[in-house]
Amino acid sequence: MCEYDRNMIDPSRRKALKAGGGLGLLGIFTVLGLVPGAAWAKANQAAFEAKSLGEAFEALGVIVPEDSTLIQLTVPEIAENGAVVPVTVNSLLARTEQISILADKNPTMLAANFLIPEGTEGFVTTRIKMAQTSSVVVLVKAGGKFYRASQEVKVTAGGC
Amino acid sequence: MANPTKIRASAANGVTEVRALMQHEMENGRRKDEAGKLIPAWHITEFKVQHNGKTVLEGQFGTAVSKNPYLVFRFRGGKVGDKVALSWVDNRGDKSTDEVEIS
Repeated sequence: MCEYDRNMIDPSRRKALKAGGGLGLLGIFTVLGLVPGAAWAKANQAAFEAKSLGEAFEALGVIVPEDSTLIQLTVPEIAENGAVVPVTVNSLLARTEQISILADKNPTMLAANFLIPEGTEGFVTTRIKMAQTSSVVVLVKAGGKFYRASQEVKVTAGGC
Repeated sequence: MANPTKIRASAANGVTEVRALMQHEMENGRRKDEAGKLIPAWHITEFKVQHNGKTVLEGQFGTAVSKNPYLVFRFRGGKVGDKVALSWVDNRGDKSTDEVEIS
């Protein structure tokens, strides 16, 4: 039900992805604050299409995220239903601006992206789908720098 | 028309906790129907939560967010009776906005 066949990707989509390379650069500009808010959503489209961690990081304008113990990531050790995996992120980093939740081995890795304005805590809970056992990776932008934390979730029945 | 988002907002010790359950299929575009045809992707792409008109959280969803997206977050400030509104937009352009009072 949930198989993901690489041959299924149609060539036009591939091309769109290649063209998306430019959007990645736009993403970096967004982080630098050169693109107004309205363009932000468009710029991140490439990130949602990313098929690997590297691609997703690049599209989000991330240079090198540092591992941080100040990010508390709560996920179940074993998820019986991959369609509903609860994820809680609590960032104790000062001035957390952005939280992104990614699943390492999903066909598209980036699940959700949150912008945290001043006055809102670096805390968010949501539920994501996971195709198979893999790491849940959390990226946190705080004070202009990126940090990451990850934890493995064993998925017994993949959900798409 | 989209079903209303269930929102609960409660203030305690100067912090307001918001819990929301958006009603959406969140099809990822990779599932097949009984006839073996792909079901097209249909999911919320963006959402925004406002407290008395000021944005307290915004974000984007991909296809990997579970059906009927659940969200919990906290912001400083907010009094009983203040308004908290959540709006979203999906990839078909459907929109939904729902509002509750902080309790």
